Amino acid sequence: MQMAYAWYREVRRLELRYVASVPDQVPFTVWRCDADDAVPSLANTWPLLGWYEREITDLFGLRFVDHPQPQRLVLHEGANPPCPPFDPDYPADLPLRVETTTQAIPELAGDQSDVQLLPFGPVRADVMESAEFLFFYLGEAILHYHPRLFFKHRGMEKRFEGLEPECGVVLAERVSGVGSVAHALAYCQAVEAAGNCSVPPRARFLRVLLAEMERLYNHLHYFGHLCHTTTLKVGEAEGKLLEERAKQLNTRLTGSRFLRSMLAVGGLRRDLAPKPWLAAEFDALGEQFAKYARHMENTASHLDRLITTGKLDRRLAFDQGATGPVDRASGLDRDLRRDHPYAAYAELPVQVAVREAGDAHARAQVRMAEVEASIALIKCAIDLLPDGPVRADGAVAPNSEGLGWAETPRGTLFYAVHVGPDGKLARVKIKSPSFSNWRVFPFTVHDSNMMDYAINEASFGLTIAGCDR
Amino acid sequence: MPQWTLLGLLQGKQTAPWPSAPGTDGQAGFLGMPRYLPELCGDVSGKDCKACADICPTKAITMRTSSADGRLDIDYGRCVVCQLCVETCPTGAMATSSDWAFGVRARDDLVWKQDAAAAPAPGTQMRGFRRSLHVRHVDAGSCNGCESELQALNNPFYNLHRLGIFFTASPRFADLLLVTGPVTQPMLGPLRATYEAMAEPRWVVAVGTCAVSGGIAEGGYSSRHGLDGVLPVDVYLPGCPPNPAAIIQALLMFLDRAPQRVKGGRLVE
Repeated sequence: MQMAYAWYREVRRLELRYVASVPDQVPFTVWRCDADDAVPSLANTWPLLGWYEREITDLFGLRFVDHPQPQRLVLHEGANPPCPPFDPDYPADLPLRVETTTQAIPELAGDQSDVQLLPFGPVRADVMESAEFLFFYLGEAILHYHPRLFFKHRGMEKRFEGLEPECGVVLAERVSGVGSVAHALAYCQAVEAAGNCSVPPRARFLRVLLAEMERLYNHLHYFGHLCHTTTLKVGEAEGKLLEERAKQLNTRLTGSRFLRSMLAVGGLRRDLAPKPWLAAEFDALGEQFAKYARHMENTASHLDRLITTGKLDRRLAFDQGATGPVDRASGLDRDLRRDHPYAAYAELPVQVAVREAGDAHARAQVRMAEVEASIALIKCAIDLLPDGPVRADGAVAPNSEGLGWAETPRGTLFYAVHVGPDGKLARVKIKSPSFSNWRVFPFTVHDSNMMDYAINEASFGLTIAGCDR
Repeated sequence: MPQWTLLGLLQGKQTAPWPSAPGTDGQAGFLGMPRYLPELCGDVSGKDCKACADICPTKAITMRTSSADGRLDIDYGRCVVCQLCVETCPTGAMATSSDWAFGVRARDDLVWKQDAAAAPAPGTQMRGFRRSLHVRHVDAGSCNGCESELQALNNPFYNLHRLGIFFTASPRFADLLLVTGPVTQPMLGPLRATYEAMAEPRWVVAVGTCAVSGGIAEGGYSSRHGLDGVLPVDVYLPGCPPNPAAIIQALLMFLDRAPQRVKGGRLVE
C-alpha cells in the first residue's frame, strides 16, 4: 500500500483512491471506492493508512468507521471551518480561523505523579521548521512522544485547482524547497501520463542529472546536521561546506541553488550544458566526500551515539509505511528508481543500498552509499547524454488523470493529477516522503532517552514543509 | 579527534572574503529578479501584448491602465523568480539578471518606477545600533527553501558569526525577528506570541517572497498574505528563496553597514 486520497469524481460524488504496488509488477495498482457516506476504516489492516484517512476526514469531511485514532490531524483542534475546506460549499479563499489550542492527547494510565510534560515548539531553537513536540518524560527517559505537525499547512493541494496543467510546475517546485526537482518531476510525470506525452531522451537524462544533484546536496546537508547533533564540530563544518559546494554547482548549471525553473511538462524549459566541466567537479566532490565519510566511520564518539539509537524494526517500518533511506536501513529493499523506473533510470545502473540494523548508524550508512551511487549516476548520465530536443509538445485531454512518482532524497513521492472537463486541474494529491516518515518516527522515540532524541531526529532526515503542504 | 583537526587545517580558510572583496559571494551564475527594459516593451504586431502579465503565477506583473508611467506595474515583492516572464516575452523586455540584493526598508521600493531617483532615500534608522545583532527566526509556513538558506549562513563559506550576527533561541534575547513563509493560519498565534515576547526596541525582517507578500501559496483557506497586517516590517527581502548573500546583505543594510541597493524596483549603483 502506498497511499490513499479522495477526490470529487462528479459534483458531490466523492471517490476514494488507494494506490498500491504489487510485487513483481511495474505499474501501480489503483483501487477505487465510492464514498457517499461513511466508509469502514482500513487503518487496522494497513496501519499506514491511518494518517491518510484522518487527512481525508479533516479536508473532505468523510467519516471512517472504527478508526483507531479518530482525532484531528491536518486541521488543528482550534480550527472550526463552516464546512471542510475541500467541500464544494467552502467559500473560495475564505481564511480558516484557527485558535491556538493545546493538542488533544490520549490520557496516561497508571501512576503519573512523577511524569512530566515538556511541550517544545512550534517555535523551536535555532533555525528550524515549525512543529510542536510533546514529551512525557521521567528524568532522562522519554516515556511517550507526540509530535504535532501541520502548523505549516498551506493548503497547497487546493492551490493547484483551476490552474492550467502546464502552470502547476512552479507551484510543485515550491511545495518542499529542498525537494523542488523531485516534486516538479513527479508532477510533470503525472501530467505527462494524463496526456500520453513522451519526453525526449535528452530531457529524460537531464532530469536524472537534476534529480541526483538534488539528492546529493540534501544528503550532504544531512551529514552536516547529523554531526551537529553528535557535537562533531569539524564534521558539521565539513558537511555543510560540501553542501554549499554542491549548491554552488547547482547554481552554475541552472542558475538556481535549488535547481528550480528547469522542469516543464513535456521535458525541460531549456537545455543545459553539463559537458565538459561538471563531471570533473563531481569527481573532486566525490573524493572529498569519501575522505569525510571515512573520518566519520572512524570516529568512535560519533559512532557511539549512532549505533543502536532510534532502532526501527523491519516489520514496523513496513506496516507504518517508512520510506526512502529510512526503510532501506531497516532491511526493506525498495527504490522507485529501480522498481518503477521513470525518466532515464531504466537505462542507467541504479545501485540500491540496504542495511539491516535499522538504527541511526544504518540510516547514515545508507545515505553514505547513496552519495557515492548518486555521483556515479550523475557521471553516467552526463556520459550517455544523447543529443536532441529537450521538450515535446503534448496536450492534456479533459477528464484525464495520471499518476507520477519520484524517489526523492527522503523516499517515495507521488502526485495524482485529475484534469476536469474544462481541461484545468480538478484535483492534485501530493504524497510526500516526510508524511510517511513522520508517521513512523515517533515509534522510535517512545521509551528512549532525551540525549538521543536530536540524533535520532537528524538520522531520519525529515522535512516538515513537504509533510504539512 | 586529531584526524578531524588535521582535516580542517589542511583545507585552510574556506570563508568567502565577501562582502569586503566584491565578486567572492559564491553566487556565480545565480538568476535573480528579471530586469525590466521598458524601451523594448510594447505592442506586438499591433496587438496589446500582455504575455508576461498572463503567465506570472503570483500576479507580480499587471498592466497599467494609464501609460504615463510605463506599461507594466511590476511588484518585485511578489516575484518568485520563476523566470517565466523572461521566457514568454516576445520582445526581450524582461531580461535575466543576477540581481539578488533586493533588501529594502520601504515596501514601495520593490515596485518598479520609471524614475528611480524619485524613490525616497532610505533613512538611517539604526544610528547607535553598532554592536552585535541577535536574530530570532520564525518559520511561518515556508517551503523550507528559506530555512535551507538561513541554515547555510552558518556554514564555513558564509560564516555569519564573523559579522557579529547571531541566531538566538529565545525571543527575549533577540533584537530582530526574522520571518519566513506566507503566515499560515495555525502559525499566526505563535508568530504574534514570539513578537510579543521580544523586548523593545524590536525590529522585523521579512525574508522571502512568501513573507513579503504571500508568494505562491498566498490566499486559500490556510495561507495569509505574508506579514502585511500581521507585524510591522522594517526590512523586506523578496526572493524565492533569497540566497545567503542576499540575506547577509539585507541584515547589514538593516545595521547601516551596507547601502540599500534597490530603489524603484531596480538595482541602482
